[in-house]
Amino acid sequence: MRKLLSIATIVAVVLGLSGCKKDSDFLNVQPTTFLTTDQVFSDPNLALTVLADLYNRQEDITGLDNTSADPGWRTFADFSESFPSENGSSYIVQRTGWPYNQWAIDWPTAYTYIREVNLFLERDSASTQLADADKKRFYAEGRFLRAMYYFELVKRYGGVPLITHSLTLPSKDITTIQFPRAKESDIYDFVISEAEAIKADLPADPATKSRASRAAAVAMECRAALYAGSIAKYGATTPAVSLPGGEVGIAASKSTDYYTKALNAAKEIIAGTDGTYGLYNNGGNLSDNYANLFLDKASIESIYYEDFKTGGKTHSFTTNDQPYSLSDEGGDAGRLDPSLNLVEQYEMLDNTFAPIATVDGTNKPIYYTNLQDVFTGRDARLAGTILLPDGLYKGKKVDIWAGYVLSDGSIFTSDEAGHTKALPGTTTPVQVVGIDGPVNGLELRTQSGFYIRKYIDPAVGSGRRGQGSTVAFIRYRYAEVLLNAAEASFELGHPDDAATYMNQVRARAGLTTPLVAADITFDRIVHERRIELAFEGHILFDMKRWRLAHKVWDGTPTSVTDIKTNLGVAGTHSTQPWGLWPYKVYNPADPATNGKWIFKETKPALATGYNKFLFGNYYSQISNDAIAANPKLIRQPNQ
Amino acid sequence: MKHSLYILGALVFAAAAGCKKDNYTAPSSMLTGHLLYKTDTIQVERSQVPYQIYQYGFGKVGPLPQTAFAQDGSYSAVLSDGTYKIIVPNGQGPFMWKQTAAGNPDTVTVALKGNQTVDFQVTPYYMIRNASITISGGTVSATCKLEKIITDANAKDVERVSLYINKDQFVSGGDNIAKKDLAAADITDMNNISLSVAVPSITPAQNYVYARIGLKIAGLEDMIFSPLQKISF
Repeated sequence: MRKLLSIATIVAVVLGLSGCKKDSDFLNVQPTTFLTTDQVFSDPNLALTVLADLYNRQEDITGLDNTSADPGWRTFADFSESFPSENGSSYIVQRTGWPYNQWAIDWPTAYTYIREVNLFLERDSASTQLADADKKRFYAEGRFLRAMYYFELVKRYGGVPLITHSLTLPSKDITTIQFPRAKESDIYDFVISEAEAIKADLPADPATKSRASRAAAVAMECRAALYAGSIAKYGATTPAVSLPGGEVGIAASKSTDYYTKALNAAKEIIAGTDGTYGLYNNGGNLSDNYANLFLDKASIESIYYEDFKTGGKTHSFTTNDQPYSLSDEGGDAGRLDPSLNLVEQYEMLDNTFAPIATVDGTNKPIYYTNLQDVFTGRDARLAGTILLPDGLYKGKKVDIWAGYVLSDGSIFTSDEAGHTKALPGTTTPVQVVGIDGPVNGLELRTQSGFYIRKYIDPAVGSGRRGQGSTVAFIRYRYAEVLLNAAEASFELGHPDDAATYMNQVRARAGLTTPLVAADITFDRIVHERRIELAFEGHILFDMKRWRLAHKVWDGTPTSVTDIKTNLGVAGTHSTQPWGLWPYKVYNPADPATNGKWIFKETKPALATGYNKFLFGNYYSQISNDAIAANPKLIRQPNQ
Repeated sequence: MKHSLYILGALVFAAAAGCKKDNYTAPSSMLTGHLLYKTDTIQVERSQVPYQIYQYGFGKVGPLPQTAFAQDGSYSAVLSDGTYKIIVPNGQGPFMWKQTAAGNPDTVTVALKGNQTVDFQVTPYYMIRNASITISGGTVSATCKLEKIITDANAKDVERVSLYINKDQFVSGGDNIAKKDLAAADITDMNNISLSVAVPSITPAQNYVYARIGLKIAGLEDMIFSPLQKISF
């Protein structure tokens, strides 16, 4: 009983003591699971983490990192510039067009991002604790991210509602927060004016590459103005792709103004006003130099990139695309195989176009001693972008050849890569097909005869699933600025300036005979971007803004003649990826050809579909759900 | 025991009632029809000319899932009885769909009750007339005449005429084993157009091909075709 009493007393005392706390103390407990807005915006490091999240969620049509829905490699795999060597992705070459909602950013995702940037900007400017310098830089970075996001939206949708402050759900009338689409030109104007407004608050520092810098803002402005200019000019060729309210399409009269803005922005970067940038040119082999530009994070060429870091975020681009025979990770390799359609487009070193010579004038095969002889004398970017048969990766040769060709012209091969069999008339088994293929339908090995080299990381272990690669994805680089300047100069009637800009990019690739003003044509501009910026996420938006997409991807099958003729001509159709398969000659009776190589243009058997780009694909569909939620949104044309 | 029997009875009743009251019957009324110009069917490329069916009164705006005409210009949809509105979006098809004064596609209203056939009258820019396709010596030859239907301010030019052959019944720019294009510049007489194309080897061998003549109109992406013909040899 005494014991019980004393326990009761202790309990009573404890309760009594805690009861003595003031109500305000008792109720105002700081939460331990999250930080309040005031706390976050009182410490520059915490504010930066909010910004880092916004950086991380930028949209891109292509990217090196994986999401479960869209692995990085696959974002590069369309448009017949490459063949997807993975069974689950064969649909890319088997479909006969794209749905209208292709390339759309999910509408709620997009406006959630916009809202969060707007909130960030409002909270940053309301903060009293942050140092002025931090506050200003954060504010400029937020505006950069928002402008960039609107740029991504306008590329896909045309005009979208331009929301520049956070909205609150009204208690009564929902229509007060339903906004109609702005004009397409309004969004481009917004991107351009934001870049101009914030550039002074961003560091003019070439070492700042994964955060917004002054040059990144100006490079964005340059590209946006160029896009707007070309939509204004070439949109006139497709009057069906426009809306009367200007939500889609820009008046032709505005093109000169936009091109001028693009040229001025490019000139600002070229002049070094925004920091010292230049072409990556470290001598040595020109192809290796070009490939290294994408690996060297300190390169003077890259202006703004998405960075990756061991221990932080890495990506599996190398894991997915490394050569099968030299893979770090058995069973993961070879998915992205560049097509012959693209390979044929690389110029000879004398600035002429010539198809890859596989047969002579009488249609007989040409015999080559070495596998790479067929590619000699071409633009160094060919071997810099694409891993050719016998090409080196980590110091070792890839093993790409499709089999033996016998004296009667028949093919002796196997459907199993690297298989050994006895050749006719012999008994000793020898390897009859490359370990890297090509074999039709055999995934993870090349099926086009080529592997991708751009962005492939030679660092040890970068191809392992668990480790991943830290190669950065470059969003803006100096060479593109030069090509922007070339295009804008050309469109403004100064082909001589255009030649000067373009020659710099070409000289770095070994094309040392300069082009003169008379050589600069629209075809040249289109071609140079396709080559220099291959696999960097430009082709779709370039073809869209020039209104060439419906011509290039015209929905008719591509023949071997199609890919070997009209080289370097803008708008030549390319709807199915072809490959170039090497065969070794087995003909002991003829020492002149025995052991030599011949090449056959081959369309991978899985490539049964064809690209068909409809007028309705120029601007991605705004979903019916979005329109149901906001009836002020008008539909895209031709859908 | 008695209680649980009651409960069981109530459950059975609830379950049975739920089956009837909660669910709509499955759509069972068939809506079919063709694209027509007067009495002639408009032939198009399969799955390329969409039409949109709207039904109002269910909260959401927007068409039922995207649907498209077959290559012979026919369409069919299985729907529940009710009132529907049907359009072809602007810029689709090798024809002009009736428009409202504001430039939007005018709707065709269908009050569906049981199976029903509704044809859509449209005005094509051109019609391919008198198409004749023959074969001799492994070459398919075709002749036809182009009739320009729309001649007012909306008129459009011919871009090219194409002859397509395929080993199955789908014949178009995308589905063909051989084709011959005749650009507008090479057309001297719209009333007398002739084209020919060699039949490539077909594996497995077959002794017939299907052929159609297509007309590409400048500024439009959908082609108009002549009726499908089976050519035996």
